[in-house]
Amino acid sequence: MIETYWEPAWLTLKLAGLTTLLLLIVGTPIAWWLARTNHWLRQPIAAVVALPLVLPPTVLGFYLLLVMGPEGVVGQLTEKLGIGLLPFTFEGLVVASMLYSLPFTVQPLQNAFESVHAGFLEAAATLRASPLDRFFTVVVPMARNGFLTAGVLTFAHTIGEFGVVLMIGGNIPGETKVLSVAIYDHVEALEYTQAHWMAASMVAFSFVVLVSLYALKGRPRVEMVR
Amino acid sequence: MTGRIDLDFRCEFPGFRLDAHLSVPGSGLTALFGHSGCGKTTLLRCIAGLQPCTGSLSVNGEVWQDSKVNLPVHQRPLAYVFQDTTLFPHLSVKRNLEFGYRRIPESDRALSFDDVVAWLGLARLLTRMPAGLSGGERQRVAIARALLTSPQLLLMDEPLSALDQRSKQEILPYLENLRDRLAMPILYVSHSVSEVARLADHIVIMDQGQVVDEGPLQATLARPDQRFGLEEDAGVILTARISERDDTWHLARAEFDGGELWLRTDDRMAVGSRPRLQVLARDVSIALTRQPDQSIQNLLPATVDDIVTDIAPGTSMVRLMAGSTPFLARLTSRSVHTLGLTPGQPVWMQIKSVAIVD
Repeated sequence: MIETYWEPAWLTLKLAGLTTLLLLIVGTPIAWWLARTNHWLRQPIAAVVALPLVLPPTVLGFYLLLVMGPEGVVGQLTEKLGIGLLPFTFEGLVVASMLYSLPFTVQPLQNAFESVHAGFLEAAATLRASPLDRFFTVVVPMARNGFLTAGVLTFAHTIGEFGVVLMIGGNIPGETKVLSVAIYDHVEALEYTQAHWMAASMVAFSFVVLVSLYALKGRPRVEMVR
Repeated sequence: MTGRIDLDFRCEFPGFRLDAHLSVPGSGLTALFGHSGCGKTTLLRCIAGLQPCTGSLSVNGEVWQDSKVNLPVHQRPLAYVFQDTTLFPHLSVKRNLEFGYRRIPESDRALSFDDVVAWLGLARLLTRMPAGLSGGERQRVAIARALLTSPQLLLMDEPLSALDQRSKQEILPYLENLRDRLAMPILYVSHSVSEVARLADHIVIMDQGQVVDEGPLQATLARPDQRFGLEEDAGVILTARISERDDTWHLARAEFDGGELWLRTDDRMAVGSRPRLQVLARDVSIALTRQPDQSIQNLLPATVDDIVTDIAPGTSMVRLMAGSTPFLARLTSRSVHTLGLTPGQPVWMQIKSVAIVD
């Protein structure tokens, strides 16, 4: 009982943590570009980033399965690189989660970046700060709440995902069997006690995460721009 | 290093075109003056590299931009004081001041941190956050932060316009102090005649994206053919020396080359001090003979030098010389005709009001 409980829980945390970390790294430049550019590709790219919000997870999972499968472009590439096929592996799950949670990282970051007044960046430039320097010393601290929101939302959303996991990861204990899938398993098997334990702890966990987020963000700081 | 700042910039926007060609002294305070929308801020942004444009710029012999070179903003050794203060809200005053200071090599730090903090009276504020400062305090921090990069050119974009009258009066002495103390040239954008009169050594007048006039402040403002529409604010600036105080009537006598003026004074006007005085064209009238039986006390002999039809219909601008000092008088064209004024004619100037601009 203890084993079957902790294994999916640990796997879930590992998946959510890794997805969040990687998405913050990948999502930050995308969000920055979307926040600052006037390029004609801005709208199409913003739409692509937002697609996972409207698509059923099964649609996303289905196409990922095809693309990462032995006949797919990505599948053939990963096989050539000696990584093997991604579907039904933990790594495959990370890639799928990253795509599925992308808007939850990019949109809060983009909003935060857009609210950083261009005047601060211009001032930093006249104070000898190079573009990268300006990003890390002015934008990142001023968009602190955006990073916090993006991190927590991505983490929480990854923990809660089910459809994509089922399509791309299946149900392999210790590899792809995360909490949401384990709960489904228990319910299917009419093991309501175990399902209760997992479900109730997820409710509690999510509640604690969201309360801490609101506490950390505190009252919105009044920033004197003018 | 008394070189020059040479620039030639062109850029195009929807409905506006900047085409500025200019050479100004590489020291002292040069005011870029004009009505809002004339392109003075755009020109300043081009100089800083904040506004991409084609053209060339060299400052005291160093090329910052031409057909081959175009230094990005953070590599131009300049400092910029913005109209709205752009103090970083997440950093304390001290960390704001250090932002630029830490980013220049130690060997380039011509101004010491403690000196600049002392000049601008910031010692008390160092641990505060920008959100807790008054408007005047914030602008002083912004000026200090700019100076601490030891720039070779200081750009100021209407640094007082967002402040109330009291904060303006608080900052102005600091600006005068900097102008007199620093070797670096200052380009100062303003649409306020009184700020320009008080601070500038040199003036550049802009209109519709072009430079319409430029030259030393006093000579330029004394030109009667003013193409730049100062309207009610047209007038001359002169430097005088206080030679006597009359505390009974709260008056002081100011001597200048060509005469003397009595002005209403307060306690700070010490004998021997050299204030800048402003005499507006609308406060000067002309009589053919001395008229002592009247309220105006400042009566000066002068010679008519030039008469030009003014911008406003029915008015003329008359330039008068008292010794080597020029004055302007705005008269109706009928008065000019009735008095029969002609260049070279000796007359009496009646000066209704003299303002001390610093």
